[in-house]
Amino acid sequence: MTTLETAAQPEYLRRIAIDPLSRVEGHGKVTLLVDRDHRVRQARLHIVEFRGFEKFIQGRPYWEVPVVVQRLCGICPVSHNLAASKAVDQLVGAREITPTAEKIRRLMHYGQTLQSHAVHFFHLASPDFLFDFDDPAAHRNVGGVMADFPDIARQGVRLRKYGQEVIRVTAGKRVHGSGNVPGGVNKALTLQERNYLLADLDLMIQWGRNILKLIKQAYALNPGYFTHFATIRSNYLSLVRADGALDLYHGGLRARNDQGEILFDHLDYRRYAQVLREQVKPWSYMKFPFIHSLGPDRGWYRVGPLARVNNCDFIPTPLAEEERKEFMALGEGQPVHLTLAYHWARMIELLHAAEAIQELLLDPDIFGDELVVRGETAREGVGVIEAPRGTLFHHYRINEDGLVEKANLIVSTTNNNQAMNESIRQVAARYLDGKELTEPLLNQIEVAVRAYDPCLSCATHALGQMPLIVELVEEESGAVVDSLVRDADGVAQDAH
Amino acid sequence: MSEDQSFMLDGRRVPFQDGQTVMTAALAAGIYIPHLCFNPEFAPHGSCRVCLVKVNGRVQAACATPAASGQIVQNETGELREIRRGILQMLFVEGNHVCPACEKSGACQLQAVAYYVGMLAPHYTHFYPRRPVDASHPEAVIDFNRCILCELCVRASRDVDGKNIFAVQGRGIQAHLVVNTTSGKLGATDFSLADKAAQVCPTGAILTKHRGYEIPIGQRLYDRKPISVVGDVATVAESKGGRRHE
Repeated sequence: MTTLETAAQPEYLRRIAIDPLSRVEGHGKVTLLVDRDHRVRQARLHIVEFRGFEKFIQGRPYWEVPVVVQRLCGICPVSHNLAASKAVDQLVGAREITPTAEKIRRLMHYGQTLQSHAVHFFHLASPDFLFDFDDPAAHRNVGGVMADFPDIARQGVRLRKYGQEVIRVTAGKRVHGSGNVPGGVNKALTLQERNYLLADLDLMIQWGRNILKLIKQAYALNPGYFTHFATIRSNYLSLVRADGALDLYHGGLRARNDQGEILFDHLDYRRYAQVLREQVKPWSYMKFPFIHSLGPDRGWYRVGPLARVNNCDFIPTPLAEEERKEFMALGEGQPVHLTLAYHWARMIELLHAAEAIQELLLDPDIFGDELVVRGETAREGVGVIEAPRGTLFHHYRINEDGLVEKANLIVSTTNNNQAMNESIRQVAARYLDGKELTEPLLNQIEVAVRAYDPCLSCATHALGQMPLIVELVEEESGAVVDSLVRDADGVAQDAH
Repeated sequence: MSEDQSFMLDGRRVPFQDGQTVMTAALAAGIYIPHLCFNPEFAPHGSCRVCLVKVNGRVQAACATPAASGQIVQNETGELREIRRGILQMLFVEGNHVCPACEKSGACQLQAVAYYVGMLAPHYTHFYPRRPVDASHPEAVIDFNRCILCELCVRASRDVDGKNIFAVQGRGIQAHLVVNTTSGKLGATDFSLADKAAQVCPTGAILTKHRGYEIPIGQRLYDRKPISVVGDVATVAESKGGRRHE
């Protein structure tokens, strides 16, 4: 770990806040404490929102939970809906749901992965690839992409729309549907719906391949930057299928260390509490999970596309598998630790999602009429899924009347908390240290956070310019000597 | 009974028989007057005030106004629509009606009537009352957050089921639905899903347990056609209180 978490004498340092972070989902801020010589002494990513879902679903009927908790998020609500549904399946004794139900759920999930990954890359992250760091902030956004690269922007919009349509057909609505019910789903697909979704799919797969070309070109142009920017060595956690394949819907937990060695494998996710712990730090609302056996200092890990592609033995669709092999060559036998490679891995998954949707649409099980199973009821259920942003844990306990007594959610982004902090500290130390801080430099901090595609509150999302206040504070008195404010329209002005 | 008894409703002649109200005569003639606490199987209650119409210039509840020859009744006017919308807006903030998460959404009479009168979003400040959920019964759950005090369950349990399980206690803003047992719990009663009282709730206050969201979006009672065409939750035979047959 770098040592920039806590400065020795913060009261004598200048505080710079990037608040809120832009082009990420949710609200968060980064604070930097800098001394007179512009040396960065402390860098922290703070999550400033409190959500409270675990508390306010207490006393609600369990069958309501998947539909309520999906309101945590507007970008990947299907993840919360499915993780909760998998937990609720255990409550109603559905040890194994029917093939039709599982395939409809998978379709829903891959549709969501496709649209969520498309939103992140095209709408939020693509300006970081397509424009220079010192590109004017007013232009360095999705509007700038639309103006300069209309074809790329259009593909992003269409890919997202396609994923949303898969969700609508399976869940009833594009956002916050109610297709999943305790023990299964409430509808299968009709032939008409299947044909509707098949019509555009080849195009989506083609576009998925094109984006990967774009990313690989960007890497080839500046391999040094990709290799070193925000790169940290870490452990990795994800679900994998029983045969080691990448599986976003179901599997056992696998963790690898930074050498790629297996820490634990195919662990039943209902036993997650045996291997994972959460640490609380006084300066953040977000907890810091770690692998128990390694302790908080060495046990923090990364989740999400980079972790999944590093962790799996293969991807079970041909085009994405080909891309995975090429990607893994970067690691030369070890996991790929490049933080910017998150984008690359994410687009491999986008391609995989499109291919998986194709396989599912051609599977006759999606027309089946056995939708729900029930069995012996239970009082506790754990549902885990690979959400677009990483491993997502939902854990519920109910009372004898069926009302929720206790809930514990470990949201994907929380798993990456320490890693995001480590990445911004690396950027601060490597790129900002000793320099007069400028907006383009501060943007590099955001580029590092953005690579993780964090969903900081898992509900709201800020899109557009980063309102930013930089204050110069008198060392002894703490008085503000000067400050610069950039508003949400990207206009910088003196605050005085 | 004379054959030529009729009144005028929005310019249309509506025949009626002795004993009919403006509401029952209008419904018999295929004219919809929005309502919540009215159910043709029970005596008029006149409490929700959603069915207000103008009878000879005076605002009255259609469900409780006897039909009379020569009445001039106004129903679909901008003024009445506004009054009704205001009543719905007040109903929505008085309880905790969270449509996005409610399993009754799409098959809820309160929601359907709100849409019908043009209420698309909350208007007044929410009261956010703290009300309990009673899941003590093995088959049914009562979410008191969603009760609008229409007393249909009270009337059904008393008049049809002969069980007298429900009552309204308190007055004015303190009025609230209670279960007629010492513990106040539904689990202590002989309530059954086959009871009439289990079929009449116009909101999601009385629900079958373990069953949420079974009907896909697009196939729910009010997903395709408005309530003026579909009819009430309790009176649509196929719906069984908003649910399709198994």
